[in-house]
Amino acid sequence: MKTFKLMSLIGLLALGSFVMTNAVATSIPEDKIDTLRLAPIDIEPTPPVMQNVRNTDIKEVRNYPMQPPVIPHKIDGYQLDLKVNKCMACHARSRTGESQAPMVSVTHYMDRDNNFLAELSPRRYFCTQCHVPQLDAKLLVENDFVDMDHLIKANTEQKKH
Amino acid sequence: MLDKLKKIWQVLNRPSVHYSLGFLTLGGFVAGVIFWGGFNTALEATNQEAFCISCHEMENNVYQELQTTIHFTNRSGVRATCPDCHVPHNWTDKIARKMQASKEVWGKVFGTINTREKFEGKRRELAEHEWERLKANDSLECRNCHNFTYMDFTRQSPRASQMHSTSLANGEKTCIDCHKGIAHHLPDMKGVEGF
Ligand code: HEC
Ligand code: HEC
Ligand code: HEC
Ligand code: HEC
Ligand code: HEC
Ligand code: HEC
Repeated sequence: MKTFKLMSLIGLLALGSFVMTNAVATSIPEDKIDTLRLAPIDIEPTPPVMQNVRNTDIKEVRNYPMQPPVIPHKIDGYQLDLKVNKCMACHARSRTGESQAPMVSVTHYMDRDNNFLAELSPRRYFCTQCHVPQLDAKLLVENDFVDMDHLIKANTEQKKH
Repeated sequence: MLDKLKKIWQVLNRPSVHYSLGFLTLGGFVAGVIFWGGFNTALEATNQEAFCISCHEMENNVYQELQTTIHFTNRSGVRATCPDCHVPHNWTDKIARKMQASKEVWGKVFGTINTREKFEGKRRELAEHEWERLKANDSLECRNCHNFTYMDFTRQSPRASQMHSTSLANGEKTCIDCHKGIAHHLPDMKGVEGF
């Protein structure tokens, strides 16, 4: 009985691994796997040089009005957890006098029913969900985003003709 | 001249009861040197970071956290060790701090922070002691390495130079007022000024 159990276990494992390797082999073609790795899956490429975080302190233009602005400073070591929200030590309403940082906008104090809260809304607590610093890196994939100002301009130009 | 020396030697050589006065003075001096030196060396030995992290309370909590910060690894390779920030370099301050440290031995024996949970539970209190100390000595330990006089504002980020050239320069604030939590995780900061 024991040997039978063992045998069937080995059998199952073998079948399992066969099915799995087969599934991988057929569903994703080889040349699609390594697009961002720039190397076959079984080769460890030398990682590119680490990029520096842009720490210019100059606000970046937003691509559309609802965009969470990108962070123009480094945030290394800023603790952001249940105990501490380092970002709010500068961006809270009461802190902006000393820090001279822009206050988080009023939307950060609103709950989902648009009630204004006295404190930061829980859904806006983890800032880095929406706001991120930028690297001075080359784009990995091309970005074909077009600013709406360009679209409107193009549209009016077309109408003129 | 030689006569004079001989006379002095005679005085020194006169037996006290068992030993000559010369032997006593010299012996006392040598013993003093050995004692003082040994005391100092013992203190120096306790200054080593290895000593601090020989206690798991220190190694498993604060030391692990320090390793992810700029004071452990950075591009220039200059490191801050525990005693750089926690034990004043000044000799008299040093003794005072050591006396306080006996509290830690007490804590070790009675296990005030011997688990992560207990440590986290007590962290606010411990941190407050450190903030108080650094506030009282105008962040002396920080200034041992970071000298305000030699800060080149033009090389700092605008955010940094803005703060350093105002509140810091006019003495309104000291390093620890703005730079809490640079070496370890912070406790719950509710009610702490600046948070
Ligand atoms: C020491 C104070 C300080 C801390 C801490 C801080 N900031 Fe800032 N932040 C500033 C200042 C000052 C500015 C204005 C631009 C500048 O000087 O960099 C700014 C700008 C920003 C902006 C750009 C706003 C805009 O309108 O373009 C965002 C977004 C931002 N910070 C997010 C964050 C987040 C997220 C954190 C926490 C991870 C954080 N900040 C922590 C001081 C701070
Ligand atoms: C759910 C996504 C989200 C989270 C989380 C979030 N923000 Fe924002 N933030 C936005 C959006 C979207 C905007 C721009 C539109 C607006 O003002 O609501 C914005 C705007 C800002 C601005 C610019 C305000 C102004 O008037 O120029 C600052 C500063 C900022 N956020 C800081 C923070 C900080 C600090 C936190 C964490 C406490 C945070 N945000 C969390 C989405 C978010
Ligand atoms: C015998 C084990 C042990 C050693 C060795 C040790 N610590 Fe501690 N340390 C403790 C304990 C236990 C506490 C908590 C004391 C308490 O409960 O008040 C503590 C607390 C602290 C505190 C908080 C101080 C306060 O006033 O509340 C600091 C800072 C600290 N240790 C730094 C150091 C440094 C720096 C060294 C090396 C020079 C060191 N420790 C070596 C066990 C140790
Ligand atoms: C760059 C300076 C620096 C170094 C290096 C450093 N500390 Fe601290 N330590 C601080 C400051 C500042 C505090 C006050 C709390 C805070 O702001 O995080 C503190 C707080 C503490 C506390 C109280 C508990 C807490 O987390 O607040 C202990 C214990 C401690 N340090 C031990 C150590 C030990 C052990 C080492 C060496 C492994 C060490 N520290 C290295 C600056 C430093
Ligand atoms: C043993 C010397 C030493 C001591 C003591 C020390 N530091 Fe540092 N500190 C350094 C070095 C080295 C760097 C990294 C410099 C670099 O490579 O950019 C640094 C970096 C910093 C930074 C820059 C962080 C960043 O992300 O760029 C701050 C802020 C700082 N220290 C504050 C403090 C404060 C506050 C204290 C006192 C609690 C302190 N330091 C004690 C040596 C020290
Ligand atoms: C009024 C608040 C304030 C005081 C006081 C203060 N700093 Fe800063 N410091 C800042 C801010 C804001 C930054 C930039 C943001 C950051 O690094 O988190 C900064 C950045 C730094 C940096 C990194 C420089 C850079 O270009 O990024 C060092 C090093 C530093 N501080 C050391 C010190 C030392 C040492 C003292 C005490 C002699 C001190 N600071 C006092 C607010 C202050």
